[in-house]
Amino acid sequence: MDPMRRFPLPPCPSDPQPRTPTLRDAEAEKHCLKMSNTVVVLWLPPGQSGLGKSTMVNTLFKSKMWKSTVQGLGTPTPQTLKLQSVTHVIEEKGVKLKLTVTDTPGFGDQINNDKCWDPILGYISEQYERYLQEEILITRQRHIPDTRVHCCIYFVPPTGHCLRPLDIEFLQRLCRTVNVVPVIARADSLTIEERETFRRRIQHNLRTHCIEVYPQKCFDEDINDRILNSKIRDRIPFAVVGADREHLVNGRCVLGRKTKWGIIEVENLAHCEFPLLRDLLIRSHLQDLKDITHNVHYENYRVCRLNESHLLPRGPGWVNLAQTPAGPLAAPQPSKVHQQAQEDSEDGDEY
Amino acid sequence: MGGIDKEYVGFAALPNQLHRKSVKKGFDFTLMVAGESGLGKSTLINSLFLTNLYEDRQLPEASARLTQTLTIERRGVEIEEGGIKVKLTLVDTPGFGDSVDCSDCWLPVVRFIEEQFEQYLRDESGLNRKNIQDSRVHCCLYFISPFGRGLRPLDVAFLRAVHEKVNIIPVIGKADALMPKETQALKQKIREQLKEEEINIYQFPDCDSDEDEDFKRQDAEMKESIPFAVVGSCEVVRDGGTRPVRGRRYSWGTVEVENPHHCDFLNLRRMLVQTHLQDLKEVTHDLLYEGYRARCLQSLARPGARDRASRSKLSRQSATEIPLPMLPLAETEKLIREKDEELRRMQEMLEKMQAQMQQSQTQGEQSEAL
Repeated sequence: MDPMRRFPLPPCPSDPQPRTPTLRDAEAEKHCLKMSNTVVVLWLPPGQSGLGKSTMVNTLFKSKMWKSTVQGLGTPTPQTLKLQSVTHVIEEKGVKLKLTVTDTPGFGDQINNDKCWDPILGYISEQYERYLQEEILITRQRHIPDTRVHCCIYFVPPTGHCLRPLDIEFLQRLCRTVNVVPVIARADSLTIEERETFRRRIQHNLRTHCIEVYPQKCFDEDINDRILNSKIRDRIPFAVVGADREHLVNGRCVLGRKTKWGIIEVENLAHCEFPLLRDLLIRSHLQDLKDITHNVHYENYRVCRLNESHLLPRGPGWVNLAQTPAGPLAAPQPSKVHQQAQEDSEDGDEY
Repeated sequence: MGGIDKEYVGFAALPNQLHRKSVKKGFDFTLMVAGESGLGKSTLINSLFLTNLYEDRQLPEASARLTQTLTIERRGVEIEEGGIKVKLTLVDTPGFGDSVDCSDCWLPVVRFIEEQFEQYLRDESGLNRKNIQDSRVHCCLYFISPFGRGLRPLDVAFLRAVHEKVNIIPVIGKADALMPKETQALKQKIREQLKEEEINIYQFPDCDSDEDEDFKRQDAEMKESIPFAVVGSCEVVRDGGTRPVRGRRYSWGTVEVENPHHCDFLNLRRMLVQTHLQDLKEVTHDLLYEGYRARCLQSLARPGARDRASRSKLSRQSATEIPLPMLPLAETEKLIREKDEELRRMQEMLEKMQAQMQQSQTQGEQSEAL
């Protein structure tokens, strides 16, 4: 199987599984066969401009999802953060992937970057809120349109030293609300030894500041998961390089960057860890990302919101959440939820 | 033969005398490096001067960085090459651009540069001027990130704050992250932005018109490659098993630091150290320092007034208008009093002499009458 030619597949029963089938796989199978359509994944890659985010998305999906701006001809740094979303539907072997990618141009570029994470956190909360609103309706749709962010790729600039204060602040807030996968961007400026040192330092920083990135240790279900995920956790953050141009190397056509001293092949594990990232996000853990978003992050959000709106009956089942979600929750009108809930309770419906 | 000897006076040996004196005195040069952390500044400095200035450096941990403010660090090293001694002072700005809120983080740097000017001004106006230590910053290498889309707001703010006070040479660090086309596009963008924001970087002077074409072409090429896209390395690697070169070894190839096709390191080294070191010092002294001095004295003479007349006019005017600006008030008063005393004594003497003359005149008349 030539990994470069075919579009990456979501886990399918016919392919050899990296782990023993679990209940989740069975559900996925059901999911795949029954619905065989929209699987929605939202990615929100923050990071300063020029770290290769758009190119990375193009590389991952081998399609021109994004018109990457050639460096030097871009527009001047926008003063405000405006989130821009692009949705594409890609298909392979009867499985459709509806992918929405949200970009955050101008993040971290200003002189004063204090609270620059607020729009991003607000956007994530907004998607949860939208889902929540649909979910608590009396007559709700069979398939609630899922616009929640399933995964966030955080691009760390390749300084070679350690995480910057901005990175730490942002990651601390982000990892509480969404699955975060940090990557070392533009890793072609670091040698292999430098990459290892940088990676160890970042891992140390993440541990010191209690930042739990995906795959989180606490969600490993069994020993097999733990073994698999430990291997992944050891390599995170992946050092990636993105490219959307093809070059001829030894008779093969490869995606890469051509410099005067050599060609960096994106899919060559000796050059960069892009294949690991792609495998993690698409081939092995796509469904897991969605599950954790739904079962953990979204549930956390929901409990918080319902606590706030005092909809849960006070009693032994009262959940006391010690931690409050960081960053201002996009405060949509609580009155609206309250109103609907009142109607529901009037109808004798209870949550 | 004889004719030539008669015409030869001997002052053609002056340059040699100058050379000998300068060599004995040694040269001193202060270089400042500024820019975000992680752009390869320390590595480049070590590569440029082939020393390990940062041996005992401790990189701060991420948690320490959260509360770190900008500090100015000075490191001195004496380098000798071919009998020429250079006392190099390196000014580093760790913590620049690191925090979440970088507003005004360039102010300590500006203050530092002005302090050096102030110190020199005081020394120059003092009584003992034999051993003035020149700690003024002669050049600032500003590192621009290769990952951005040109100058970022912080870069622009810093450059605007210091461009009238120090020679700026913009440099793109870690340039091996860029493909050739990207490098060109980035350089072009930076040049446009510098023009737009009216930032004056150091202008390498034009070469003399009597230089040969080759040199002129080389000079033009070097000027075209500003901002310099550099890669630094102190490690020697074997280039494909043949010759040892200084470079960085990747799995896809080796970047050679001293290869002009790979990066502009050689250009930067040539311009900074080999050809234009003295010019940088001269521009600092003749233009930037004089500008600072004029502004300073202007504000002393007319407190509150800050008009921007041309610098040369001011310096000439101020020399005549304000004779002793730096002497403290007590001393001038003393001088005035002394002068007054002298004047009075002279007047007394004059009166005495006049009285004597009158006396002798009357005596003469009397004797004539008799």
